[in-house]
Amino acid sequence: MNSETHTEKQEFNITVYTENHIGLLNRVAIIFSRRKINVESLNSSPSEIEGIHRFNIVINETAEVVRKIAGQLEKQVEVLKVYFNTNHDVIWQEMALYKVPTDVIAERAIVERLLRENGARAVVIRKDYTVFETTGQREETDNLVRVLQPYGLIEFVRSARIAIIKASDGFHRKLQEFEQSEPGDEVVENAYLNSREKVFTM
Amino acid sequence: MLTKEKPAPASPEKAKTISGAEAVILALLEENVETVFGYPGGAIMPVYDALYDYTDKLRHVLVRHEQGGIHAGQGYARASGKVGVVFATSGPGATNLVTGLADAQIDSTPLVCITGQVFAHLLGTDAFQETDILNITTPVTKWNYQVTDASEIPEVLAKAFYIAKSGRPGPVLIDITKNAQLQPFEFTGYKPCKHIRSYRPKPHVRQEYIAQAAELINQAKKPFILWGQGVMLGSAEKDFRAFVEKSGIPAAWTIMGAGALPTDHPQNVGMLGMHGNYGPNVLTNECDVLIAIGMRFDDRVTGRLDKYARQAKIIHLDIDPTEIGKNVPVTVPVWGDCKETLPLLTELVEAQEHREWLQQFRTYNNKEIEVVIQDELFPTTEEMTMGEVMQQLNELTSGDAIVVTDVGQHQMVACRYAKLNHTRSNITSGGLGTMGFALPAAIGAKFGAPGRTVVAVIGDGGFQMNLQELGTIMQSGVEVKMLILNNRFLGMVRQWQELFHERRYSFVDITSPDFVKVASGYGISGRSVSQRDELSSALREMLSHKGSYLLEVMVTKENNVFPMVPQGCSVSEIRLK
Ligand SMILES: Cc1ncc(C[n+]2csc(CCOP(=O)(O)OP(=O)(O)O)c2C)c(N)n1
Repeated sequence: MNSETHTEKQEFNITVYTENHIGLLNRVAIIFSRRKINVESLNSSPSEIEGIHRFNIVINETAEVVRKIAGQLEKQVEVLKVYFNTNHDVIWQEMALYKVPTDVIAERAIVERLLRENGARAVVIRKDYTVFETTGQREETDNLVRVLQPYGLIEFVRSARIAIIKASDGFHRKLQEFEQSEPGDEVVENAYLNSREKVFTM
Repeated sequence: MLTKEKPAPASPEKAKTISGAEAVILALLEENVETVFGYPGGAIMPVYDALYDYTDKLRHVLVRHEQGGIHAGQGYARASGKVGVVFATSGPGATNLVTGLADAQIDSTPLVCITGQVFAHLLGTDAFQETDILNITTPVTKWNYQVTDASEIPEVLAKAFYIAKSGRPGPVLIDITKNAQLQPFEFTGYKPCKHIRSYRPKPHVRQEYIAQAAELINQAKKPFILWGQGVMLGSAEKDFRAFVEKSGIPAAWTIMGAGALPTDHPQNVGMLGMHGNYGPNVLTNECDVLIAIGMRFDDRVTGRLDKYARQAKIIHLDIDPTEIGKNVPVTVPVWGDCKETLPLLTELVEAQEHREWLQQFRTYNNKEIEVVIQDELFPTTEEMTMGEVMQQLNELTSGDAIVVTDVGQHQMVACRYAKLNHTRSNITSGGLGTMGFALPAAIGAKFGAPGRTVVAVIGDGGFQMNLQELGTIMQSGVEVKMLILNNRFLGMVRQWQELFHERRYSFVDITSPDFVKVASGYGISGRSVSQRDELSSALREMLSHKGSYLLEVMVTKENNVFPMVPQGCSVSEIRLK
């Protein structure tokens, strides 16, 4: 990373692998709130490994701040591992639901077309209202809100972001390492060494 | 007397039915806990009931306030190197622990606190004495957990002890609902915890960084060592001394690190930070390689960060990777347990002397003696100074006592001037600056190091913040020497008002009771002196008295602690007056 992106704020996707314990959400959340950092999005879900939880957290911060936050997160006893990536390094999606009066759609063909153009899919169709769903990135889901607003959009909701790390091989191997009790050469990694720079600089 | 014998651990075949409360006590015994500081109440009564059958194996010290209990636990842990254990009931008992938890968290003190909680079925109903202590204490604990089923107790307590003492130590709180304490379960034995997959307390040391650090050190013309409490937390005092002596590098300490190298070691150049010594502060901005060991570059140590050691290459040895590069950019990170990294580093550094460089520290020290220290330790004024009290105390203890300090001017004076020959001899509230810490911490320290003399140096303000613990002294018979330095002011705040608020002395004038009479009400001997010619004999009397003793020394009202790095200034802008 060059020094410019280091000091500029941008969206970071923080992926946190954890044990599935009550109270951990609070421990994670206060790491951000204590530093007055706004959490743009937070998703908590299962991961590729049974019994291991995965948080996807989005914040708008400098790389330097994100690196420190990641360290603080990883320091929590029940946190296994933390990764952070720019939008460029992840595949990310958000899902949105829109509730619109059914008669408007029935009467106006244009609405039908707009929905189709925006990749929306009907989830529920009732006499009084219809619920559409789209999945995509922020501009796409936002765009449909604007489009539907004039046609009596009743309700709108968007999910937290979920993200897959392009360069990740998943967590299986790492977990195996962590299961070993004796820190062998590779078991306990050294973040500084992994940076491959001769001398650690900031 | 406590018997050393432990009940044989139950083997799986010999599983027996016990209550959750009894499992708590058995776990403590398995962890070699000898002393618990605590205060009973409704929600923890089953644990106290179980304790009743084990008083021959486990000493319980009844404190007078849960804050006193947890500070005593801290004092115990800091003096002994063991985990401090504290009991409290739910609600107010538990919330009274919060200051001590925050203190232990920021000063990396290993504690296991066990709180009672309302019955599990009442959680969230605003039941009598219910507070959400897990969420209240999350930011100030290394780990916390609520037990609602008795069968979890052995494993959870094993984890608690492991987490509290491993890696960078810290406080753990285990909240146990009353039903879990009462519930019988099949106890199949206690297994100490040695591994938690999501928790890796220390890394494998990478030789590459040791080599880089050694190379920088070997090339340095003006290397400078800063050490903190990490040296003691890692039990690496000997390894540290070997490193210091072979490398020949001058070494200075944070107040949390005081005593890890004896005060009069020729390479010990003094204290860092706001009220530290002149040379170490000024020369921080002249050294070429700064070697920080087990310290965290607190703002009271660094002063203005953007003018802190900018010229130097920085090597940071720490077990907590989030401390490396947190406040100060680091050239070589040596992440690891200093007990492992220091010997590796010592091996690679060349034996040197750095005579001229050390001489620079001495030159600054001479200046400091001339302008500050001489008048503080050997005043010619009529009234006594805090420094001269410390000076005379040093002479009488020869530097062998544990000095526990409260917070304020006396703390800075005591830390600056106390002579410490041994490690784990300076117990103070460093990171949090908790007034009221010293009296209970001194009680705990004496339990943790019964063979040593414990002197608590306390201000007239701070003594009034936890003075109820005189009752603990009275009842337990513990021997604590209390030295109150009475300036009739909240001195440190007054000093700031004098220097930075045009002497507008807003609510710092504090009156005190007759401390000697108060002590005597608790059956504790004492004396108050205001004349210099009485000082030495009074200190002697305090130290030779069998049992606890309170000595009040009336000192100058408006003395200031110098040198001082004013807030927002660079360490090299340190003022001598
Ligand atoms: C619990 C708590 N409250 C307030 C403070 C702020 N404070 C720091 S030093 C100080 C004055 C202490 O006065 P005293 O105990 O008489 O000691 P002195 O400074 O006079 O030696 C105060 C009020 C604190 N550190 N802790």
